[in-house]
Amino acid sequence: MEYFLQLFLSGTTKGSIYALIALGYTMVYGIVQLINFAHGEIYMIGGFIALILGATLSQAGLSPGLVLVLSTGAAIVYSAAYGITVEKIAYKPLRKAPRLSALISAIGMSMFLQYYVLLSQTEKFLPFPSYLPSFAFLKDHTHIINSTQLIILMVTTVVMILLTLLIKFTKMGKAMRATSQDKEMAMLVGININSVISMTFVIGSATAALGGVLICSFMGQINYYIGFIAGIKAFVAAVLGGIGSIPGAVLGSFVLGWTESFGAGYISSDYEDAFAFIILILILIFRPAGLLGRKESKKV
Amino acid sequence: MNWLSELKKSALTALWFMFLTFPIMVMKVSTIGSDNTTVYRWKNMVIVGIGAFFLSFVWRWMLERRDRGQSAKSAESQLKLTAQLSGFINQKHVKRPLLAALLVFVILFPFITSLYQTNIMITALIYVMLGLGLNIVVGYGGLLNLGYAAFYMVGAYTYALMFKYMNSFFIEMGWQSGVMFWIALPLAGVVAAAFGILLALPVLRLRGDYLAIVTLAFAEIMKMLATNLDKITLGPSGIPGIPRPWFFGLRMNPMNATKVIYFIIIIIVVLTIIIVKRLENSRIGRAWEAMREDEIACQSMGIDITKAKLTAFSMGAVWAGFAGVIMAAKTTVVNPNSFTVWESVIILCVVVLGGMGSIAGVIVGALIIILMPEYLRAFSEYRMLIFGIVLVLMMIFRPGGLVRKIRKVHKLEEEDA
Repeated sequence: MEYFLQLFLSGTTKGSIYALIALGYTMVYGIVQLINFAHGEIYMIGGFIALILGATLSQAGLSPGLVLVLSTGAAIVYSAAYGITVEKIAYKPLRKAPRLSALISAIGMSMFLQYYVLLSQTEKFLPFPSYLPSFAFLKDHTHIINSTQLIILMVTTVVMILLTLLIKFTKMGKAMRATSQDKEMAMLVGININSVISMTFVIGSATAALGGVLICSFMGQINYYIGFIAGIKAFVAAVLGGIGSIPGAVLGSFVLGWTESFGAGYISSDYEDAFAFIILILILIFRPAGLLGRKESKKV
Repeated sequence: MNWLSELKKSALTALWFMFLTFPIMVMKVSTIGSDNTTVYRWKNMVIVGIGAFFLSFVWRWMLERRDRGQSAKSAESQLKLTAQLSGFINQKHVKRPLLAALLVFVILFPFITSLYQTNIMITALIYVMLGLGLNIVVGYGGLLNLGYAAFYMVGAYTYALMFKYMNSFFIEMGWQSGVMFWIALPLAGVVAAAFGILLALPVLRLRGDYLAIVTLAFAEIMKMLATNLDKITLGPSGIPGIPRPWFFGLRMNPMNATKVIYFIIIIIVVLTIIIVKRLENSRIGRAWEAMREDEIACQSMGIDITKAKLTAFSMGAVWAGFAGVIMAAKTTVVNPNSFTVWESVIILCVVVLGGMGSIAGVIVGALIIILMPEYLRAFSEYRMLIFGIVLVLMMIFRPGGLVRKIRKVHKLEEEDA
C-alpha cells in the first residue's frame, strides 16, 4: 500500500509538471492552431536561466530565499521574452502559410534553441542546486512525499486557479477565447489579434519556466536536452486531454503522470518513456478529440 | 525621416537581443565541484549586438520584399529559367554528352580521389537515398514523417541481426559472410516497408501535425526497443563486426570495400531516381499529390486514401531500409544512437532545403547538407544550429526549396466563337 501511495504521489508530481508545460501547448494551439515545437526548449531555457542567475546571486552572498525569488522571477521573465521572440521570428511570418510550413519552422526553431544552449553553455549534465525550502513536518514521511514534491503540487494548483480566473473573468481572457473561436470575427469586433497571440505566448512560456525551475530543483540536474522529451510528453498530455482545452490539458497530464509512474513501478522502468507514446497512439486511434476535447468537423 | 526610424528599429532589436542572450551567451557558471565561479564573456555580447543590428535590416528588407510579392516574381522568373535550362538539357545532343561526362566522372571518382573523399561521397549518397525516400512521404504525399530514421534503423538492424544469427550457419556452409549483404539488401527493403505499413495503419485518420508527433513517438519507441532489448540487439553499444559486402571473392580491405560500396550505392541511387521518376507520373504518384493538396476533394474524386497513405509510407520506407543496410556495411557497426530524432530532422532538412517534391532538389539538398560541414571544418561545430536556422528561413522565404519542382501546366485554349 505504501508503495502504491509512493507511486501515486510521484505520478501526481510528474503530472503537475507536465501540466505546467502542457498549458502552453494547449493555449497556443487553441489560438493559432500550431504545435509550438520550441515550447520544450523554452522550458529548458527557463531552467538554465534560473541555474545561472541563482548560482551567481548565491555567490554574491544573498540568502537562499531571496536567490529563489530572484532567479525564478528572472527565469519567468526571460522565458516569456524568448517565447515572444520565437513567435515573432518563426511563426508570425507564416501565419497565412500552410500548416506544414509553420510546423517545420517550429522544428527548426526547436533545434536551433537546443544547440544554441549547448554551444554557449555545455553539453554535460550540470547539478542544479535547489533553493526550495524543506518543511519540518514532512521529515518522517520523506519516503512517501518530500517537500519539493509538495511545493510542486501547491504551485501547480495555484497557477491553474489563476489561469482559470484569467481566462474566465478578465478582458484579455475573453479576447483569447474569442480569437480561438474565430480569428477574423474577433478582428472585426476590435480585438488586437497580435497582442492576444503575444500574450498567449507570454503566459505559456512563463508557466513553462516555472515548471522548468521546479522540475530541475526536484531532479537536481539540468542539461540542454531535457526540454525535448519533456516537451513531447507534455504535448502527449495536451492531446490526451483534448488539445485546445485547458482543463483537458491538466487532466491529461495527471493521467500521463500516473501511467508512467505505475508503469515504471509495476511493469518495467526501462520503458518509462514508451508508456507516454503508447498512450498517445492509443488515444489518437480511439478518441482523436481527446478526453475533454470537442469533435472538430472538417470543411472542404 | 525614414532611414532614421529604420535605424532606431535596428538599434532596438540589437538591444533586445543583447538582453535576451545575456544570461546564456555571456554568463557561464560551473556548478560542478565546490568553486562556483561565474565567467563573463563580454565579447559575445558585442558580437550579438552588432550582428542583430545589421541582420535586422536584412530581415525587414527580406520580409518586405516577400510581402510585396517581389520575391515571388523573381522566383517565377527563376522557375522559367529552370524550365528553360531543363528544356535545354533535355535536348538529345546536349543530354547524351552531359550524361556521358557525368558517368565518366562518377566512375573515376574513387580512383582519382582519396579514400576519405570517397567515404564522404558514400555518406552523401546515402542521404540522397534517404532524402528521395522521405520525399515520397513528405513531398508527394504531404505527410510529415518525423520518424523516418526509424526505418533507416530497421534497415541497418536487419543486416546486423542477420549477421549475428546467421553468421555461424554461413561459415558452416563454407560461404563468405559478405554474401549476407546481398540477401539483407532486398530483405531490409521488405522489412522496412512492413514497418512503414505498421506505422501507417494507426495513423490513417490523423491530420498533419498529429501525424508528425505520432511518427516521432514511433521512432522513439523503436529506438528504445533497440536500446533495451539487449539480449537481441546488444543494447546501446550496438552490434560490431558487420561484414563488408561480398564481391566475387574480392579481398575486402578498407580500400576495396569503400570502392565496392561506392559503386553499389551509385547503382542503387540511379535505380532510385529512375523508379521515383516513374512513380511521380504514375497513377499512384498522382493520387499522392492529389492527397497532399486536399484529402476530402481527393476522396470525392474516387481515390482510395487508405491505399494512397499506406503505399506512400511503405514506398518511402523501402529506400530507408536499403540505405540502412549500406550504412551498416560501410561503418561495420550498428548502434541505436545513430538514429535519433535529429537524424530524422536532418533528412527532413535535406528535403526542405532542396525542394519538396523535386528529385533534383533532393540531390542538391543532400550534397549541400552533407558535404558543406565536411569541407568547411569551421562550420561543422555549428552544423545543427545552422540546420535549424535553414529550416526556419526556408519556410519563410523559399517554401519551395532551392530547386523548385516544375509542375506541369495545361492551358485550355479558348475557342474563337
